[in-house]
Amino acid sequence: MINFQTSPESYRHWKLSFDGSVATLTMDVDPVSTLAPGYELKMNSYDLGVDIELYDAVQRLRFEHPEVRAVVMASANPKIFCAGANIKMLGVSSHGHKVNFCKFTNETRNSIEDATENSRQTYLCAVSGTAAGGGYELALATDYIMMVDDGNTAVSLPEVPLLAVLPGTGGLTRVVDKRKVRRDLADIFCSIEEGVKGKRAVEWRLVDEVVPSSKFKAAVAEKAAQLAAGSDRPTTEKGVTLTPVARVIDTDKVSYPHIDIVFDRETRAANITIKGPKAACPEGLAAIKALGVDFYPLALARELDDAILHLRANEITVATWVFRTQGASDLVMGYDAALQKFGASDWLVREILLYWKRTMKRLDVTSRTLFALVEPGSCFAGFVAEILFAADRSFMLDGTFENNPAPEATIRLSALNFDGLPMGNGISRLATRFLGEPDSVTKARDAIGQDLDAAAAARFGLVTGTPDDIDWDDEIRLMIEERAAFSPDSLTGMEANLRFAGPETMETKIFGRLTAWQNWIFQRPNAVGDGGALKLYGTGKRAAYNQERV
Amino acid sequence: MSSINYAEKIPNNVNLSEDRKLQRALESWQPHYIDWWKEMGPEGTSTSEVYLRTAISAEPDGWAQFGHVKMEDYRWGIFLAPPEKDRKVNFGAHKGEDAWQEVPGEYRAMLRRLITVQGDTEPASVEQQRLLGKCCPSLYDLRNLFQVNVEEGRHLWAMVYLLHAHFGKDGREEAEEMLQRRSGDEDKPRILGAFNEKTADWLAFFMFTFITDRDGKYQLCALAESGFDPLSRSCRFMLTEEAHHMFVGESGVGRIIERACQVMKENRTDDVRKFGVIDLPTIQRYLNFHYSVTSDLYGAEVSTNAATSYNMGLKGRFEETKIGDDHQLENTTYSVLHPVNGGFQAIEVPALNALNERLRLDWAEDVAKGVERWNKIIAKYGIDFRLTLPHLAFNRAIGHFSDIAVDPSGKVISTEEFARRRDEWLPSQSDLAYVQSLMGGAVTQPGKFANWIAPPARGINNQAVDFDYVRFA
Repeated sequence: MINFQTSPESYRHWKLSFDGSVATLTMDVDPVSTLAPGYELKMNSYDLGVDIELYDAVQRLRFEHPEVRAVVMASANPKIFCAGANIKMLGVSSHGHKVNFCKFTNETRNSIEDATENSRQTYLCAVSGTAAGGGYELALATDYIMMVDDGNTAVSLPEVPLLAVLPGTGGLTRVVDKRKVRRDLADIFCSIEEGVKGKRAVEWRLVDEVVPSSKFKAAVAEKAAQLAAGSDRPTTEKGVTLTPVARVIDTDKVSYPHIDIVFDRETRAANITIKGPKAACPEGLAAIKALGVDFYPLALARELDDAILHLRANEITVATWVFRTQGASDLVMGYDAALQKFGASDWLVREILLYWKRTMKRLDVTSRTLFALVEPGSCFAGFVAEILFAADRSFMLDGTFENNPAPEATIRLSALNFDGLPMGNGISRLATRFLGEPDSVTKARDAIGQDLDAAAAARFGLVTGTPDDIDWDDEIRLMIEERAAFSPDSLTGMEANLRFAGPETMETKIFGRLTAWQNWIFQRPNAVGDGGALKLYGTGKRAAYNQERV
Repeated sequence: MSSINYAEKIPNNVNLSEDRKLQRALESWQPHYIDWWKEMGPEGTSTSEVYLRTAISAEPDGWAQFGHVKMEDYRWGIFLAPPEKDRKVNFGAHKGEDAWQEVPGEYRAMLRRLITVQGDTEPASVEQQRLLGKCCPSLYDLRNLFQVNVEEGRHLWAMVYLLHAHFGKDGREEAEEMLQRRSGDEDKPRILGAFNEKTADWLAFFMFTFITDRDGKYQLCALAESGFDPLSRSCRFMLTEEAHHMFVGESGVGRIIERACQVMKENRTDDVRKFGVIDLPTIQRYLNFHYSVTSDLYGAEVSTNAATSYNMGLKGRFEETKIGDDHQLENTTYSVLHPVNGGFQAIEVPALNALNERLRLDWAEDVAKGVERWNKIIAKYGIDFRLTLPHLAFNRAIGHFSDIAVDPSGKVISTEEFARRRDEWLPSQSDLAYVQSLMGGAVTQPGKFANWIAPPARGINNQAVDFDYVRFA
């Protein structure tokens, strides 16, 4: 089982150090601490285990260190910054693992960008020693790249010439889209193994600045201080310690304080029930901060984040995730109001909102069917209702169940469903849903705060269907059984295409184009056949390519 | 109108006077080279006339022309060994195909890297040695130093020629950068570690030419096997010159040993320092240092790059064509020593990946032979002392031994113990200071030698030992 939970005292690959408003995140990969046997993580190359730690560090920097305004990403290895994903690891991994690994590393890079842009914790990269492939992609995720100018240190994306695959962790996209490298220069850059160094790297916009070795440390410190100065993060607040998320994993069940997952192995479905808050949102910021990790929206985000990662990595045949909620919408709306009220002015509440945003995005790019069922006693309200709008299909019971005293289900919208929790395409889930009917967005906005029953929800177009209790069980059963019969691959492709209507952003390009091509190439004999480049890498033997262009 | 009379100024057998591409490249590079030589070449020698060997053709009678030459008028030439008729690629995936006269596109990056790394070492050693003239132990030695320096300069030319002739704009940039980097400079260091170390005294110089130039020999031998014919021919010609460098080193250290033994014998003491001579234990520590630092130049014991460059047919093994195997090594293994649980274990790895180690062992064997010849000198004096080579894992910064601490005998120890006992095994600050203290003013009277070194058995090119090898203006 792959465990996504860790903490700094058990890191094997990263070191965190703090100096006032600047933190340094140093990569120092332990070659033998691998997630699986069959490879060694030499030269600061990484596997999923290394990235799990990186993600943890990025999260802790945001929550536990409000005083940190700039983060320097550096390497402890004087010769190499980072050699990227470990090639032997890719060679011995299943296709599914490779895809999952790339998705997670991409999400982590995106979260670094989110920290810079929205948490006002700016990442800068100190490239001292070559940054190759995934190593340069790490640098690309930061806001400012400084490189040693020693005639040797270079940035490179050698995947195409060396491995017959792509720099799939955002590399190609960020080079042309974020750093706006001219496409013909990018073409050259992506086809030369040794990469580009020195002044040319600056001229081509591959890095922001090159500095001689003797002045490098000082220049990085100065730049970090300058970036820190522009932040609005508080200097005297205490952070929230991210204590371990409680969870119990059984054969057919996973339980968190606010989430229960029960597997139906027969239909390969996971029934995921989100539980609403037990108590009302406390009044005022101080009380929220006193709760820390137990503040409901943060607790739920952490549990759901872990649950998604756990299911993706460890329950790969579970095809359908069926979401339900259980609780009081009133209570949820209380927390929703607090998120809105303090989200713009307070660092911690802002951080929690951003985290919920990222967790919902994780759902969006998950290659599983997402269904949501709105039943009596549910609490699809405000920010929790985003799960409903992330689903591929949603059903709401019209009326009540026989012999069940629970009152009729309702949905409640809040301003957060329209602003503040955008998808990767930069617009809200509702705006994406109603791309062809902008009026529907306006109408829904007018209904903020109202209890919408099944008829209203159907009228507003917020759910897929509203069966009554006579049809309910059959409708749901048929839908889940039908889903289980389709090809998992075609479902993944279909869902990924239908979920992301609307504008393109760098994020949608990374997940929709770069990753899709990468995953295709990962299946092709030229990369992974016995004579493929990925398989032969390190042996000195040449790959024999099938020369047909497809 | 070209500003350079090529045939006269740059002796060559690469048809320079007809080759516009080469001319264009050299027009800009050559003045920069001269500037580099003036700035970084041997200090204070611009007007001296030195009895130098100049190559003016690749024929047997042309590659060693002796005569007194002003250093700044030295004619660095470009020579390839004569072509071998119908030469083939002799190893790797292309074995049996015609050797390449032009760079194959897909191997351009790898070849350029190999040539650049080799080329970068040449000016580096000149830079490392630039101050040694000021404390030369004799005119004979001064002349040898300068000979080594001008030939390193020529070897740079040889590599630059390849970059200029075959690698277009990229090649011209690489050639230019070789003149920009400086040995030991924090901001523009030379590419390989050993070439950023100081060569502060003559013992270090002799050790360097004996041990590190021998690495040069083995690298050149491996490149001389290359399927890229111009590289092969270039390296073959360079090897004729490299032999002299190693002779300078071996005989230089031998003469220092000889002198130490004489003083020990005459005075019946091991404590020769009070007589102004370098003691044998210090020589041993220098040997440990240069041997371990040079070991690193071969790279990692198990290496992808080595496998790739062999399989591509770009860099072969030492005396590739004399080895009795299939020269493709696809299905063979090679035993490589690994650090395992506080000890060592020989582990079979794919032979292709073990080529660095193989070359390192060829070199180590060659070094060991030289050390044995030194031991014969000591034995001749009846002194009970033997110089030994440290274990390959000792004091390593590259490869899989770099993470462990090992004493010279090969016993794995803690890093604390290594730090504590370092000065038993490697030159200490006081060793370096002592040797430096012997490096007084230059000894410039023909036939005279510094107290700490014995004269050579014979002179250069049949000249007497007291011949005026260097004439000062």
